[in-house]
Amino acid sequence: MLDVRKLRKSFAGFVAVGGVSLTVDTGQIAAVIGPNGAGKSTLFNLITGHIRPDSGQVLLDGYEITGVAPHRICRMGIGRSFQRTNIFPRLSVFENVQAAFLAHRGRGRNFWSHSQLFYRDETQTLLGSIGLAGQEHAVAGTLSYGNQKQLELGIALASDPAVLLLDEPTAGMSASETHDTMRLLEQIAGERQLTLLFTEHDMAVVFAIAEKIAVLHQGRLLAEGTPAEVRADPEVRRVYLGEH
Amino acid sequence: MIRRRAALARHIPWTLLIFLVLIWVPWLGSRYDTFLATQIAIQALFAVSLNLLLGTTGLVSFGHVAYFGVGAYVCAILMKTYGMPFVVAFPAAGIGAAVFALVAGFFCVRLTKIYFAMLTLAFSQIVWAICFKWNEVTGGDQGLPDIPYPDLDWMAAVPGLADLRLSDRFYLLTLLLVAVSLAVLRQITHSPFGRMLTTIRDNPERAAFIGLNVRAYELAAFVVAGAFAGLAGALFGIFNRGVFADYVFWSKSAEVMIMTILGGMDYFWGPPVGTLALVWLNQQTTSYTEYWPFVLGTLLIVLLYAFPGGIVGGLAAAFRLARRRIVRGDA
Repeated sequence: MLDVRKLRKSFAGFVAVGGVSLTVDTGQIAAVIGPNGAGKSTLFNLITGHIRPDSGQVLLDGYEITGVAPHRICRMGIGRSFQRTNIFPRLSVFENVQAAFLAHRGRGRNFWSHSQLFYRDETQTLLGSIGLAGQEHAVAGTLSYGNQKQLELGIALASDPAVLLLDEPTAGMSASETHDTMRLLEQIAGERQLTLLFTEHDMAVVFAIAEKIAVLHQGRLLAEGTPAEVRADPEVRRVYLGEH
Repeated sequence: MIRRRAALARHIPWTLLIFLVLIWVPWLGSRYDTFLATQIAIQALFAVSLNLLLGTTGLVSFGHVAYFGVGAYVCAILMKTYGMPFVVAFPAAGIGAAVFALVAGFFCVRLTKIYFAMLTLAFSQIVWAICFKWNEVTGGDQGLPDIPYPDLDWMAAVPGLADLRLSDRFYLLTLLLVAVSLAVLRQITHSPFGRMLTTIRDNPERAAFIGLNVRAYELAAFVVAGAFAGLAGALFGIFNRGVFADYVFWSKSAEVMIMTILGGMDYFWGPPVGTLALVWLNQQTTSYTEYWPFVLGTLLIVLLYAFPGGIVGGLAAAFRLARRRIVRGDA
């Protein structure tokens, strides 16, 4: 489904991502792990078109999407969340998700109808499924950090993505919130047959739900495989897991 | 009880009522009141058009007067130089301003924040320079005086309007055109397109990743705002009995921005309220003191600290507070 080939990006001589190749199959839950500065966020930004790679290719379902503008990549079926929570802070919770529905279904060019009338049921249902029912009218920026992360997931899901990229979906959450969020993600990915690629700090979480793990270290792919394979990899144990 | 009264209050078509009241200004007020009301109506439309960029899309344009000016000159030139009727010149002013906004906006939306603001300012100064120097067309520093009034003789056929002065009739025409324009702008603000603009205001990066071509949407907002500014300009030129390069100078952009912020840019009716407040205050203070800019500056500082949401924002907060107190007292 998602095929990253020899992707490379350097910033002023510093190699952030140095020739990373990675494939994620349809419906697979995959995790990218690695210490801070390993290049995880840069890799995500390269895939979603926020940064142009120096070389290499990104293929979505066999089609090359390297260097395509972010809004087009979004329409092609990649959804994402950002490491720093990225919502519409002054709109209500309802409007946040509804706006994503409007944009995705091409209603944004409608100058004339009343926006309140569209996708009310879809928005309610989606808010319910991500655990935000009853908070529709709250101003998004006033939500707790955990709820904002949930809302961002809702915004991403409204675009009905085939591939979902989540950059640290549980950053800043308590242990129980982290647990709940990951269970929720697993469930939603199953229901929607999503291909999921995420980064995460909490190794317990990663090894619990990921079917495939890629380990980045200093911009390079150190190892790739099932959780068992990665856990057994001597190189990974030395530079990464050993630290914990 | 209170809640029922609040629900009732929401169902009253306030805007329609205010419009119906404003119709009576020529009969109830003095000639000067009609003059002020015409000015306020035109400026209010100008301010609301700016707010589509400022409050709705989050784009700070320092050159919005350029589109007002283009509209004013297009309408004036067509009516005075070419003797065209108002029904042709008025829409042409909106179209002319929109076309210019499309060209300027194409470049402006490629920049962000302060660079965007500076480029809008640069385009507006280009317009000013053209108006000031192109003698054959714009009259240069002499401007275009004596723009004819539209033909409003048809109003004499309407019962009750036969005795009105021409300036009173023009007020009624202005009121009608401004009301229709504001209704259209309000519809656009509340449309799905308008919702997309608010997502861009809140977070352009995220807006792109719900699938929006952010630049294209910003450009569309720029063109719509420019068109309505042009319509306001067309009315202003006639109202003012002339168009002069002074009216396109960049300080006029600051003036309309002050009106918008004073009224409250988070509310659709903020800019008209700000316009009303500013024009009224100007009248009041200039009869006592010549230090109007000093009064304005002080007022603005106090207001920005005390009511960051502007007059309408302050009123809305006070209203919410009062209702909460009453409801609590009731229970």
